[in-house]
Amino acid sequence: MAARTLYDKIWDSHVVDTLEDGTAILWIDRHLVHEVTSPQAFEGLRVAGRRLRHPEATIAVVDHNVPTSDRTLPVEEPESRNQIETLERNVKEFGVPYFPLLSADQGIVHVVGPEQGISLPGMTIVCGDSHTSTHGAMGSLAFGIGTSEVEHVMATQTILQKRQKNMKISVEGQVAPGVTAKDIILAIIGKIGTAGGTGHVIEFTGSAIRALDMAGRMTVCNMAIEGGARAGLVAPDETTFEYVRGRPFAPKGADFDAAVAWWKTLPSDEGAHYDTVVELRAEDIEPCLTWGTSPENVIPITGTVPDPAAEPDEAKRVQLVRMLEYMGLEAGQKIAGTSVDVVFIGSCTNSRIEDLRAAAAVASGRKVASGVRAMIVPGSGNVKKQAEDEGLDRVFLDAGFEWREAGCSMCLGMNPDRLTPGQRCASTSNRNFEGRQGPGGRTHLVSPAMAAAAAVTGVLTDARDLV
Amino acid sequence: MDKFTVLSAVAAPLPEANIDTDKIIPARFLKTTKRTGLGKHAFDAMRYREDGSENPEFVLNREPYRKAEILITHENFGCGSSREHAPWALLDFGIRCVIAPSFADIFFNNSFKNGILPIRLPRDICDQLMEDARMGANSRITVDLERQVVIRPDGSEIAFDIDPLRRHLLLEGLDDIGQTMRRESAISAYEAKQKKDAPWMPSIVLD
Ligand code: SF4
Repeated sequence: MAARTLYDKIWDSHVVDTLEDGTAILWIDRHLVHEVTSPQAFEGLRVAGRRLRHPEATIAVVDHNVPTSDRTLPVEEPESRNQIETLERNVKEFGVPYFPLLSADQGIVHVVGPEQGISLPGMTIVCGDSHTSTHGAMGSLAFGIGTSEVEHVMATQTILQKRQKNMKISVEGQVAPGVTAKDIILAIIGKIGTAGGTGHVIEFTGSAIRALDMAGRMTVCNMAIEGGARAGLVAPDETTFEYVRGRPFAPKGADFDAAVAWWKTLPSDEGAHYDTVVELRAEDIEPCLTWGTSPENVIPITGTVPDPAAEPDEAKRVQLVRMLEYMGLEAGQKIAGTSVDVVFIGSCTNSRIEDLRAAAAVASGRKVASGVRAMIVPGSGNVKKQAEDEGLDRVFLDAGFEWREAGCSMCLGMNPDRLTPGQRCASTSNRNFEGRQGPGGRTHLVSPAMAAAAAVTGVLTDARDLV
Repeated sequence: MDKFTVLSAVAAPLPEANIDTDKIIPARFLKTTKRTGLGKHAFDAMRYREDGSENPEFVLNREPYRKAEILITHENFGCGSSREHAPWALLDFGIRCVIAPSFADIFFNNSFKNGILPIRLPRDICDQLMEDARMGANSRITVDLERQVVIRPDGSEIAFDIDPLRRHLLLEGLDDIGQTMRRESAISAYEAKQKKDAPWMPSIVLD
């Protein structure tokens, strides 16, 4: 057989059938469900008198709408409460496994999947949410789908898909101290742009990627969608297997060994063909952040805000000027030293225990600058508990951070955690679109260490200066 | 999904280009948990005045167009966001067919998924149909999907193109799910194969 990529192998092993026009019916191993994009799908099943074909391959959580304050109080916003209650009725009616709001297992769907061993190597994983790409870190094919497709998966455990192209992004070498997974993915998006991966599935490779722990790989794959690709993946290896071992829903004993034997066959073959190849050198990557309202507006923390005058394309120039205005920045200004109002450490990009440890290392023994609101929102109840066991909550609380309950929180303005117009935020999330964190809010995407550094200094800061 | 074979119905003229998804269904109605019930908000800003009362000028508020099942409109219908709420709102209002010189891509695809037939016809023909539609209840327009023709009230016929697979799905009343279900034996065979090849595959069962 011809040499195949990791993506080719997962694809081939999941094709159920092929339609006349070449569209594949692709088997789905795991379907993750949350409250925002599922209600119409459940309703569709009900109207058509269909059942869920494989409830035992499905897991539901609430995350987007939930408040991250006191959970014993009722959810105040009526529409959010309605979406949450609707999900709770639906999971009961259709027999879907569900982690309720008050369970320690609740959290952001993309944190919960890997943490529970629900997302495993070699699987096809879908969810009605574009950041499903996160699970690609497990060495699985994971992508976001629309509501009609959610219903299609519920009814048939398959999805209609056309094969994508293969893209390899390789980061070779060793990153300098203080350079994190977030900096790597920001540098990649800065290089390829938000449309760079369109029509492709990205495989992240190279020694700098292999050196990352699973949390770091998840951060990288999480933002594949910001680079235009619906899915990003990293080949499973010993780091992956060790991570999976012993997780609640992972295979156990002889089953685990059998699974590992198959997982080991998945990495791309020598000489496999990629339609597009992009190479970065790890040594060239600096701690970086976004300055504008597109994830591709990436500069190093030591850099300056670009001057739109240097942009030859008229339409793009107009856009850049508009971004500067929205962000309240001047062309040519040094980005470090810009004062922030809010710091948000959380989201499915950076809310795992490793992320919180990195933030705590900076925050430890320091105080949040006056006038800054700094929030820590763990990705799941389990992350929160582990952090408390390690005493990280004390570090944050002593420094003046808010220590909150798990959820999407200020990653998107759908729950009570929102920016107000004009507020500037150092955020560990993945999208800096206009109004994403609340109408008029100004977002700088950063790593957890840089976010913590901004919190304790009150300005955008090179975290390397603080450790 | 209901079959689409022959539709003989009142057609509403909406002579405007670039009707975007926000016009079809404004963003504030997206926090709903239903795909039905959106019909009353279809074209909300055009249909209702600020005090919430109906705008008597808007075509869908006038007889006989309140019962229109066909919409005749201009270029680039359904541009804007990818929200599936747009076809849901049209369908819930009762629209089964939209005729226009061009459509936005995602809206075009989403329509088929929800049993709405979008037909592309040249602008001058759309304008002729628009004139027919203005004559009201006595000038029903017929869309015959089997024969791929639109029949004007005077009996003359206009042929239209459609992708064969999509035509088949509409004629049979099969949505994507219905179509996939026809491959039931392939799905069952895959399930059996997976049980054999990956016996370690865990089930998610909570106690
Ligand atoms: S944390 Fe943000 S990006 Fe992730 S699932 Fe929630 S809203 Fe989406």
